[in-house]
Amino acid sequence: MTTTETPDILHRILDYSARADPYPLYAELRETPVALQEDGSYVISAYRELTGILHDPHLSSDVRHLSRPMAAAEARTTPSFINLDPPEHDRLRRLAMRHFGPPHTPGLVTGMEPDLTAIVSGLIDHFAGKQQIDIVDDFAYPFPVTVICHLLGVPREDEPQFHVWVNAVIDSLDYDPKTDPKEKLDNGMQATTDLREYLGGLLEQRHGRPGGDLLTRLANDDGPDGRMTDDEIVSTANLLLIAGHETTVNLITNGMLTLLRHPRVLQRLRDEPDLIVPLVEELLRYEPPVHIIPWRAAYSDITVADTVIPKGSQIMLMLASGSRDPDRFHDPDRFDPDRQDNQHLGFGSGIHLCFGGPLARLETQIALTELVRRLDRPRLVADPPPYRPSPILRGPIHLHIEQSQ
Amino acid sequence: MTSADTLKRFKSDGRVVIVGASLAGLRAAETLRDEGFTGSLTMIGDELGEPYDRPPLSKQVLTGWVPAGGTTLPRRRDINAEWLLGVPADGLDLATNHVHLADGREVPFDRVLISTGVRARPWFVETEAALDGVFVVRTREHAEGLQRALAAGPSRVLVIGAGFTGSEIASICRERDIPVTVAELAPAPLVGALGAVIGDVAADMQRAHGVDLRCGVKVTQLEGDAQGRFHRAHFDDGSTIDADVAVVALGGIRNTEWLRDSGLAAGPWGIACDTGCRALDLNGLITDDIFVAGDVARCPNPIYEYRLISLEHWVNAVEQAQVAAHNMVSAQADRWPHLSIPTFWSIQFGVNIKSVGVPTFADEVVVTQGSVPDHRFVAAYGYQGRVTAAVSFNNAKWLDHYRQLIETAAPFPPPCPTPDEPADAKPVPVDFPGPRLLAQGATVVVTGHDPGERRVTAAWQHR
Amino acid sequence: MRVVVDLSRCQGYAQCAFLAPDVFRMHGEEALMYNPNPDDAQREQVLRAAAACPLQAILVDRLEGRDSPVGTAQS
Repeated sequence: MTTTETPDILHRILDYSARADPYPLYAELRETPVALQEDGSYVISAYRELTGILHDPHLSSDVRHLSRPMAAAEARTTPSFINLDPPEHDRLRRLAMRHFGPPHTPGLVTGMEPDLTAIVSGLIDHFAGKQQIDIVDDFAYPFPVTVICHLLGVPREDEPQFHVWVNAVIDSLDYDPKTDPKEKLDNGMQATTDLREYLGGLLEQRHGRPGGDLLTRLANDDGPDGRMTDDEIVSTANLLLIAGHETTVNLITNGMLTLLRHPRVLQRLRDEPDLIVPLVEELLRYEPPVHIIPWRAAYSDITVADTVIPKGSQIMLMLASGSRDPDRFHDPDRFDPDRQDNQHLGFGSGIHLCFGGPLARLETQIALTELVRRLDRPRLVADPPPYRPSPILRGPIHLHIEQSQ
Repeated sequence: MTSADTLKRFKSDGRVVIVGASLAGLRAAETLRDEGFTGSLTMIGDELGEPYDRPPLSKQVLTGWVPAGGTTLPRRRDINAEWLLGVPADGLDLATNHVHLADGREVPFDRVLISTGVRARPWFVETEAALDGVFVVRTREHAEGLQRALAAGPSRVLVIGAGFTGSEIASICRERDIPVTVAELAPAPLVGALGAVIGDVAADMQRAHGVDLRCGVKVTQLEGDAQGRFHRAHFDDGSTIDADVAVVALGGIRNTEWLRDSGLAAGPWGIACDTGCRALDLNGLITDDIFVAGDVARCPNPIYEYRLISLEHWVNAVEQAQVAAHNMVSAQADRWPHLSIPTFWSIQFGVNIKSVGVPTFADEVVVTQGSVPDHRFVAAYGYQGRVTAAVSFNNAKWLDHYRQLIETAAPFPPPCPTPDEPADAKPVPVDFPGPRLLAQGATVVVTGHDPGERRVTAAWQHR
Repeated sequence: MRVVVDLSRCQGYAQCAFLAPDVFRMHGEEALMYNPNPDDAQREQVLRAAAACPLQAILVDRLEGRDSPVGTAQS
């Protein structure tokens, strides 16, 4: 019952025309929670099956365990922990976590709150006098970029340079050799190389120097697990730089869009600022920034529901679909910040749960609270707004709004 | 009147009494109100004060971080109950449906939930147990006393019994830089619950943290000084140790004595019930109005050949309470079975130990993931070729998978390799010390010959 | 305020220890120790931590101070 070939739905989801509203297609896809594709890969789209497989130790994040090699750019470089399995994943993530969160550095993220608020206030100050604002370019992009640059120790003024590389890398994530021009992949691979070289250059200057930024601390710290190699540090920094802002841009923008589409919730948030806490959780369920984990590998045979996925198979995880599964969430297509028991898949689940989730939460909580507080009767200029190309990291490329003067 | 009418009337103005006002009792009361029970609700408890949480008592409280009085349980909702606290129940009359209290009061009920839990097993010599500096840890008063004794900077603490509670207390002592000796009759810590393989890991952990761990020894005497203060312990091998504090961590005794004349299937092993948490009477027949939940319940688990199992697990108390409460206010067809896979955790020596399933229901164990020397691993337990339990050390994120293996009676050893499977992984005998039963104690005799007159009589033994 | 964590559900994601580090602390890599009776000044942080728990295992009191036991045996 779970194994039917449904290539049409997946391709319709990946097609740009579905970007503004993929959710009806997800509903169709969920009718076959574990769907075998023509190319032998599997697509998993229902909540229980997704949480089951995310906690299944036979699911590998390492591309080397795919029986058919993958085209994506990531495949050729030293993998970061997001693309590794235990024990390597665990070791590298622990080493990185030493400088970001508990148990070694528990107060870092909450300690950033005043700085985050100041950055947000500064950006909103610049809205003054403008009748039309692009929430993406004027706010949701510069905010997390500034934060991640500061945290990592990457000069903010280099942003125009790495911005191009990051975009090319993300564009190549969903490269399909059958439909996409080879150029898309080549650009992504070149950008990966350039970005790594750039980060490697920064790292060289950090050895033996004091400093509170992550690059410097990774370069000089010797904990119980030893020290990361330079190659590992570059991979880690690469991951955190990309994931550290791209996803948050989309979360903030999706959040503003969702609030503008739900004016009563927006007004409630204005009146009850505490609502932001459950509201951001609901946002992570309802309009998450990461829609798809494009590939995982079956390290050995994996049984999901009634289906045995053979060793070496490629597996695509439709997280955003899982968070809209009516078998798990009551009235899943309703945006309800009062929702109880909201175990969404917005940050994934299992050992690869989003590394920067706590920071993304705080950034989005502050961003949306301040936007709602300070914007005067904001209105959407276009609904739906134009979207970025990626079906994986999904969000508007611009979100133009007008405010009263 | 139909049974639907009877149920409706009971839900609107029936009388429910809950005996045992701790975690299970409180959660049951909340569920009753959630489910629309508007009748009278009476909470009976032998301790004074509101229901409180016990796991922190052997952890956060003993480190000195959290005061013993600071573990009062949060409420999920208003329960609008009458509280009769500070006096234990001492009898249950099923002919007249009354709970007798030790102070002579009688409390009538239509349905009763028994959640009287367990108490700490005291040191077997009363005069020695009464010495200054000898502790058990079950209530917040116990924990407060022990915390004060630890804060005073004892020269050494002796922990008697290396089960979970004893091991956690030893861990806290080391965290507070207090010298500690752990005495355990079995060959290793935790071995009775998790078997020899994991017991060896637990022993390593203790020694690596500076615990003076003595296994295979029995403490024979706690000796006091002239002021009645504990100062020395004697072992069965003739050796002694000087210490200022002795913690007796020899497990618990189920609070069932008050039911000895009730006609229920109650004994030192708990109170037998069905998966719907309805108590059995002495003959093993199901009762209609008597429900059981928490540490004191002895409930069949279909996964484990329908054996009756008593669990002193936090989440078991919560889940049984919810099932019992739901069933108290539901018609037969709407009742739920309590079918959870047991889950347990312990925090010690910086390691999160978790288990799913029943590790004692196993003949073999295999390390399936991670590294035992690093104290980061998962071990699966199997019984006759199927997975029955799993234990993780700092690897809890995988346990949901093993829960699924248990639920689906997946083959043991698990056939498919994982990326972090140890190179030398192979099943070994689980090796529990001695003949291990899920509980012990002969407690009844059967009399009569014709099917119509066969009856069970309780045979209370001195323990 | 009163807090209890269902540690049988907790998988050690430490999201709470990020967001309310004075109340929720990691003991080693994975084990959570928490203050079940934090000061009311911590309320905002505790609610943030509870909302962020991937297992929704943190229960915060719904009715502080109401419905306390009355009529004890001594009364």
